Amino acid sequence: MISGNFRKAMINISEVIETNKMILEENLDVRTITMGISLLDCADSSLEKTCGNIYTKLMRLAKDLVRTGDDIGREFGIPVVNKRISITPAAIVGSACCKKPADFVKIAKTLDRAAKKLGVNFIGGYSAIVSKGMTPADELLIRSIPRAMACTERLCSSVNVGSTKTGIDMDAVRLMGDIIKETARLTKDNDSLGCAKLVVLCNAPDDNPFMAGAFHGVSEGDCVVNVGVSGPGVVNHVLKSIRGASFEVLCETIKRTAFKITRVGQLVAQEAAKRLGVPFGIIDLSLAPTPAVGDSVADILREIGLEHPGAPGTTAALALLNDQVKKGGVMASSYVGGLSGAFIPVSEDQGMIDAVDAGALTIEKLEAMTCVCSVGLDMIAIPGDTPASSIAGIIADEAAIGMVNQKTTAVRVIPVAGKKVGDTVEFGGLLGHAPVMRVSPFSCEAMVGRGGRIPAPIHSFKN
Amino acid sequence: MKKAIITVVGKDVVGIIAKTAAYLAKSNVNILDISQTVVQDYFNMMMIVDLSKTKKPFDAIVADLSAIGRDLGLEVRCQRSEIFERMHRV
Repeated sequence: MISGNFRKAMINISEVIETNKMILEENLDVRTITMGISLLDCADSSLEKTCGNIYTKLMRLAKDLVRTGDDIGREFGIPVVNKRISITPAAIVGSACCKKPADFVKIAKTLDRAAKKLGVNFIGGYSAIVSKGMTPADELLIRSIPRAMACTERLCSSVNVGSTKTGIDMDAVRLMGDIIKETARLTKDNDSLGCAKLVVLCNAPDDNPFMAGAFHGVSEGDCVVNVGVSGPGVVNHVLKSIRGASFEVLCETIKRTAFKITRVGQLVAQEAAKRLGVPFGIIDLSLAPTPAVGDSVADILREIGLEHPGAPGTTAALALLNDQVKKGGVMASSYVGGLSGAFIPVSEDQGMIDAVDAGALTIEKLEAMTCVCSVGLDMIAIPGDTPASSIAGIIADEAAIGMVNQKTTAVRVIPVAGKKVGDTVEFGGLLGHAPVMRVSPFSCEAMVGRGGRIPAPIHSFKN
Repeated sequence: MKKAIITVVGKDVVGIIAKTAAYLAKSNVNILDISQTVVQDYFNMMMIVDLSKTKKPFDAIVADLSAIGRDLGLEVRCQRSEIFERMHRV
């Protein structure tokens, strides 16, 4: 006999159909379960011992990660697309034992080997946090990035060059211009793919589960599970049913949809944490597109009423989208963190690629868009002959936006060796393909070459 | 109670409920509720079931039901009910 209360709580068929339609037709998925692992206790003055400790610890804590993610996906009937690991910034872990860039490359190879053995598709945290200044180890790690990216497959690297509290380390910004160029050169046989796994951040969060910027910050515990949800296709689909409605209806609809998507993420995160015996960290409420048709943030912007992203009104549309995603998602999860917002990578979003091809979207407009959404100039292919100083200038601009607006910003540009504006680059898989975009030809060499740092901004007189 | 939701989607054919129910009875899975509807010419059926007495692993039930569906030209899925409850109930 079924009690009255139980009846009331029972799910009905239209709700079941709605959920399964989101999963089967609108690309709803759990984008990533990322296990954050502290490697602080792996540090040793011997490089061999450090590498051994790292490998052993990763194997011990993450051995069941991929299987657990797949099990949960099967049981709930929702794809858990990526299983990943983030680690303590490697510059800290290797600071006692690495005396030259090549020493850090050994750590990079160890991490890559562990990632392959564990079956995770990316391991992030080949990173340095240099928002105010670089230690010798930080600089060694940064100088090792091109080689590390060239000899590994699954390693992701990030460098945090500024923050609202510290200002921007312009020496690091200038250096990163060179490092990105060198990474492009060393991976030129793969369309400079190394740069797709390297991101420069400002105000980087300690608990971001998304690559390439994921690392396990020093404010975190020993091991934690963070989950990134996604579902631009679901939002896009539901907006089709309210075409022409007022902003009130538009915003309420996005919020409700974000709530539903995030509840699934919360369920998966709690289940993963329980099965892995690791604390649940955060849910990252993000609309992360993929190259799959319909899984696009650009399509949402079009559905809101823009001919293409980049048209006048784009920044406002993106601002409201980003805000409603957060408002809906926050209530659905007990802990929210990471990057949380709409991602606007170019190569990973077919709608963005179309907008660039149509001449609607430029780097300058993308820069404006990054003021109101998650992260920044992401997965943008630029001409291979772009000067390192111009790349540094782009990084400085994004870092300034992040610093002043107290938000995370990032730059992941790929100066594709041998390619020019109008060419197309193929990265494959989730990284997609990208048209090479125009960079302003005017020089900022004298500005980025000054050296030193930009002071932290004042937090009063908000204008 | 360990609840799951079984869904059947496809063109309506004779014996859908009988075959699914027979398999569930054999596997000691109790059916709590059945409902069905037609959406855009597609037959949709949903069963809420209790898996607490079955000895079969969840994965095996998922695979068996999927195979029954394939024989009839239908998509049969079995998912733990929490995904629906979390999404639609606050």
